[in-house]
Amino acid sequence: MQRRKADFPIEGAKSALTSVATTEEAKQTVGFYRSVVGKKVVMAVTGFILFVFIVFHLAANLLIYFPPEANGTRLLNDYAAHLRALPALLWGARVLLLVAVILHIVAAWQLTVLNKLEARTTGYVKYTPIASSYASRTMVWSGPIIFFYVIYHLLDLTFGTLNPSFQSGNVFHNVVADFEHPGVAIFYIFANACLAFHLYHGIWSMCQSVGLAHPRYTPMLKKASVALAIAIGAGFCSIPLAVMTGLVR
Amino acid sequence: MKLILHIWRQKSRESPGKMARYEVSNVNEHMSFLEMLDVLNEELIARNEDPVAFDHDCREGICGSCGFMINGVAHGPQRGTTVCQLHMRHFKEGQALWLEPWRAKAFPVLKDLMVDRSAFDRIIAAGGYISVNTGGAPEANALPVDKQKADLAMDAAQCIGCGACVAACPNASAALFTSAKISHLAHMPQGQPERRRRALSMVARMQAELFGACTNHGECEAVCPKGIELENIARMNREFTKAAWARRDEVAGSGRRRLLPRSFP
Repeated sequence: MQRRKADFPIEGAKSALTSVATTEEAKQTVGFYRSVVGKKVVMAVTGFILFVFIVFHLAANLLIYFPPEANGTRLLNDYAAHLRALPALLWGARVLLLVAVILHIVAAWQLTVLNKLEARTTGYVKYTPIASSYASRTMVWSGPIIFFYVIYHLLDLTFGTLNPSFQSGNVFHNVVADFEHPGVAIFYIFANACLAFHLYHGIWSMCQSVGLAHPRYTPMLKKASVALAIAIGAGFCSIPLAVMTGLVR
Repeated sequence: MKLILHIWRQKSRESPGKMARYEVSNVNEHMSFLEMLDVLNEELIARNEDPVAFDHDCREGICGSCGFMINGVAHGPQRGTTVCQLHMRHFKEGQALWLEPWRAKAFPVLKDLMVDRSAFDRIIAAGGYISVNTGGAPEANALPVDKQKADLAMDAAQCIGCGACVAACPNASAALFTSAKISHLAHMPQGQPERRRRALSMVARMQAELFGACTNHGECEAVCPKGIELENIARMNREFTKAAWARRDEVAGSGRRRLLPRSFP
């Protein structure tokens, strides 16, 4: 049966049958990603993926504190070997993380251009922040520092290109050899402090961006995000410090 | 008491502005901030100078007309207060104060401390309303409203549209303003028919006016004279996300036109 033209009498007049008064202006909408809200949701979801990775990464890194086993092998190296034995998991996670990093950065870049260059073209002579935190105001700096740090970190301890005494598979040795250079250790500590600042604001902010807020849970969430940021920052920073002080050798 | 004021002076929308220094004596601590500016303006008029232009109307803190930055804080140092309700007893003898207009691309300066806030009107026109038939008011008890929701709607409806949230936001974002209206109507049964379209249209308009994005600093909530809470922004994010993903073209016939291929029997 052919469609009858009479079923759709007014071509193009999409809202002719609604009883709701809408102005042409009111019918203008914006797609999910093209909206500022959608971009923030993307940042929150990708941020959450990266946060989960960081938690697992820290848990694995802390294996460095286990003493060598009877046969002289290190738990950290065993863990790395097991991970490499699961290429589907390893590469699945790497692809997911790469996509998350790209989306997080692209959305952040687009929002920063809007916020800093377009939305306020003339600044204040005097501006006094009264509610925002140092961490929240420096997200735009801590983010790029972490990005460049991650690139260095990958070249240093994943690919080994920047690490002169790199031994493939011997993670424990690579880390210890790395942090015996005080410059490298201090850079790692600085970058992880930036990570802690980024998480200090980021953890609760991602919940707010996806719409999770409640007078009972939001204050708890803010406290939890501070505690997690400090714990994660301290956990990562402890490793170069432990090598520098000779605790791990 | 005596005060030293550094005020942004700008003749018109196009002309460049600059800070100018004034000294006001004869300030009474019982005056409101705007009354103090009235005293300054009378002195300026007596000296044949151009008085400082600032917006004001009710001077009772309920109309949303007044507002400017005092020492970098929207509506000044007293929380939950518009500048018309801010009294001079909160300032010290001889204190230097910097007064600047709201700064946002969407709020062009008209003159001195006055800005054009019609961008807010256009956000409201995009969806901050309910469509009702005219005629006699319906029976009040015919439409039950949960007390808690009515309270939340009322809290969000307290927004007076002064623009302090935009001014205080490091990104000049209008998220608190827009979310207050979206929240207010989303809590009410009368707001349901247009709920999704409202979230989509108002966010689109907010963006088209070149307000920035919310990065959850919380500066807006801190300066809001009506105590509009950040939770409203989370609610807007929720409303918008749901609406954006569930959106479909506005067609009658259950969307048949799009779903059925032309040769469908």
